[in-house]
Formats: sequence, C-alpha cells, structure tokens
Amino acid sequence: MNYHWNWRIFWEPAPDGTGSYLDMLLSGLLVTIEVAICAWIIALAFGSIVGVLRTLPSKTASWIGFCYVEFFRNMPLLVQLFLWFFVLPELLPSAWGLWLKQLHNGPFYTAAIGIGLFMSARVAEQLRAGIGSLPRGQKLAATALGLTTAQTYRYVLLPIAFRIIMPPLTSEFLNTIKNTSVAITISLIELTGAARSMQEFSFQVFEAFTAATLLYLMINVVVVIAMRLIERGLAIPGYISGK
Amino acid sequence: MKHVGIIGLTLAAAFSAGAANAEELTGTLKNIKETGAITLGYRDASIPFSYLDDSQKPIGFAMDICYRIVDAVKAELKLDKLEVKLNPVTSSTRIPLLANGTIDLECGSTTNNADRQKQISFTNTHFLTASRYVSKKSSKINSIDDLKGKSVVSTGGTTNIKQLVEANAARNLGINVITAKDHPEAFLMVETDRAVAYVMDDILLASFVAGSKDPDAYVISTDAFSTPEPYGIMLRKDDPAFKKVVDGATAALYTSGEGQKLYDKWFTQKIPPKGLNLNTPIGAELKHEFAKPSDSPDPASYKAM
Repeated sequence: MNYHWNWRIFWEPAPDGTGSYLDMLLSGLLVTIEVAICAWIIALAFGSIVGVLRTLPSKTASWIGFCYVEFFRNMPLLVQLFLWFFVLPELLPSAWGLWLKQLHNGPFYTAAIGIGLFMSARVAEQLRAGIGSLPRGQKLAATALGLTTAQTYRYVLLPIAFRIIMPPLTSEFLNTIKNTSVAITISLIELTGAARSMQEFSFQVFEAFTAATLLYLMINVVVVIAMRLIERGLAIPGYISGK
Repeated sequence: MKHVGIIGLTLAAAFSAGAANAEELTGTLKNIKETGAITLGYRDASIPFSYLDDSQKPIGFAMDICYRIVDAVKAELKLDKLEVKLNPVTSSTRIPLLANGTIDLECGSTTNNADRQKQISFTNTHFLTASRYVSKKSSKINSIDDLKGKSVVSTGGTTNIKQLVEANAARNLGINVITAKDHPEAFLMVETDRAVAYVMDDILLASFVAGSKDPDAYVISTDAFSTPEPYGIMLRKDDPAFKKVVDGATAALYTSGEGQKLYDKWFTQKIPPKGLNLNTPIGAELKHEFAKPSDSPDPASYKAM
C-alpha cells in the first residue's frame, strides 16, 4: 500500500476558511446531531399516531395506517429525499415552489422531515407489534371498566407497549442517526459530507473517514447508554423488562 | 562532426536504457511486467475527459492519452502483449484505489495542486481550466458582483468552492454558498432554480450546458474566479521509474503535435454518444504548455509567454 499517512492533518487549516479540518468535521457532527434529533422527534410523533391507527378497531383507520406505513417504508430513503427536495417544488404552484426552493437551510428541513417520516413508518410498525403483544384481556378489562378507547390506549395499552418496545426503539434511534448521512445527496454538509470534503481537499481519505467513523461511534454509544438509563428508570418491577 | 555527436548521444542513451533494463525493476513497472497487465481508472461522467459511451466503454481525451502511456510502458518493458484493465473510480475512491494498487493511472479531470501532491504524483498537465460560473440567461447575471446576496452552488471538496468562499469573504458579497455532492446535482440546482449560478471549471460547465435540455438558456460567465488551473493524470507517489516513463510518453505526445490533434478531436468536433460539440478551441496557455510540458501544480507557471 503506497499511502502517506498524516494524522496531523486534523490540525492543519482547511481551505474553506472555517478553521482546521477538525473544526470542519465537528461542524459536520453538529449538523448530524441536529438533524437526527429533529428527525427522531418527528418519527416518534408520527410513528405513535400511525402505530395506534393500525391497531384501532376501525377498518378505515387501520387502512390509512397501512397505506402510510407501506408508502414510507417501501421506497429507498435516498429516493424519498430526492423526491422531497427536487420533485415536490416542481409539483406545487410555482410561487410556493419558488418559496420552497429559496428557503434558507432548505436541505436541513428537507432532511429532518424526510428522514423523520421514513423512520416514523418503522416506529409505527414496532408500536403495532408492541400493542399486539399485550394480552387481549387488558383491552377487554379496560372496556369492562368503562374506559373509552382513548382512555384505554392512554392509561392501559400504551404505557406497557412503549416499555416493551424500548430496545428496538433504541435501534431505530441509532438508525436515524446513521441515516442522516444520506442527506449529503441533497447538499447537507453533515458528518459524512464534511469527511468527503476533507478528503477531496487534502486527499487524506483514510484519516477523514476514520475520524468520521469514530465520531459516529461516539454519538451512538452516548445514545445507547442514555436509552438504557431511560429504560431502567421506566421499568416496572415484575413486568417483562423490570427486574 | 555534429552527426558523430548525435550518434554518440544516441548510443549513450541506448546503453543507459539497456543498463536500466538490466537493473531490478521496481514499483509499478515491476508489477506490470509480472502481471502483464496495467489498470486504468476512469470516470463515468467527466465529459470529454473520461466518460462512458453508449456501449458503456470508457472514452475521452484523458483515456486517449492514457492509451498512449500504455503503449510507451509496453515498449519500455519490451512486452509483446500488455493487457489493459479498466476500473471505474469516483472522486472518493480514486485515492484509495491508486494507493492500494488497484489502478495504476487515473485518467480523468483531477486538478493538480500542491496539497494533493503530498499524497500522489501527477504527470504532465493535459488541460488548463479556469473557475467560472454558469447561470440562466433569464436571471441576467452579468458579473460576479451580480451574484450579491443570491444562492450560488458549487461541488463540495473542489478548488472551485474554495475560490467561491474566498471571493465571497474578500468582496463582501453575502452569497449563500450551497455545497452540492457532485457535478450533475449542482447543475440540477441551477436547472431547478435552487441556485442562480454554479461555480465550476469552465470546461465542465461547457459540457453540462451542451448536454442540457435547452443549451441556449444558459450562459457561462466571462468573469473568472481564478487563473487557469492544471489537470493531470494521477499516479502513485515515490515511483520515479514509472513516472519517468509516463512523463516521457506524455511529453512526446504533446510536443509532437499529436496532443493538439487529440485536443481538437475532443474539444472542437462532435463527440459520442450524443454528438455534442464543446466548441472550445485550444487556449494560448495550453498551447504553450504542450510545447513545454510541465507537471507543476502552480497556476502561475502556465502563463503564455
């Protein structure tokens, strides 16, 4: 291998004038974290609503939930972001489209919403599985007690279902963080984008991507630990994940 | 007497060449001799330097130059047969694939600059290009100052975006700089009005305009962000024997007038697959460089005398 390693490259000034190469990667990391958090909030909110819709007795509600999930999970994320960013503005009336195109930070919002909706389909499926795993008796008992459907979900089903699906939800959160890297296709300079820019400027490919890998690993470890703590804090003694 | 001198020199050259062959071959040359194959890295859409034609075969100006280099390597190693393997590369994979020996030459449109020379070597410059911008005629951008406060796109990691950022700061233009992942995406931004202008090497802009749905709708600026910068074919660093052969082959090609012929073929005539014509006659600087081939990364050294 004829490669010139240069680990000190991170402290050399980057040609884009924002400081050193390390600063460039860290500003990319910040964008990654911001997009991931926004996307995760959207994913949880929409995922919960759609997950509940899919388990409701109403045929229409579960059909709407079904369409939503299949629409978002059966198209590659890359294609979805491309459609949101380049195709959607062309379909809107031209004044709206122009407003959307000239929106400052357009790639950021598109990425957060696009990734959030994509992940929400997965969250919805998990919540449906969580609710489905509860004994039928719980719902029947709630009804017998005179609780409305909304109350049944709020006080009986969802509190337990969310606790059951905590471990897979952690995985989905990690996926959300990793999926933000797809946003470079719509010109968002997040961590992967910053690493790519760094390798193009300096030609130090391996150093750039090693650093990016370590930074991804770092945020993911933080998320895993935080989710584990939340899981432990919420555990009900004697019930599935409780001890 | 003069003739005797020339014969003497030729003999000396022949002897030293013989001596060089007798010595142990090293690096890339040794590898090529052992495997009987040389691998060229090509780009899939770097028109007209290195791109795929309608039968998915890589062609272009840089590819033609690389085939000349292959001939020179074959002659240098006295091989009867030299297999040419082709390997696609992207801007992200070209360095690792060159470093780990998958490709021996990268035939494309890579800018030769001092920072990059710390990692790899370039042979003699095959093209010079300045950083300009393309915009829609309808947006009436006549000079760099007209870009004030607008959204302008360029491709991430290029020298062009660096020049755009610098000009933006130095002239206080307040441009919103958008970083695109690759060239087609950046041009798409101008096509769909996400950006008013795209800053890039003028020759690449010419190829995008020629290939667009409506070439007459676009105009390439006369204002430039930089003096012309050199493109070179990349090879591994610290392999002087191979570099000497490659430099010799390209220098012979350029100084003989063949280089100019190849240039005319790709830049002033219709090229496959769609019959585009880039209509870019050779400039004074490149003509001068072809007469005196150089692998210098410094744009200032390419001034036409």
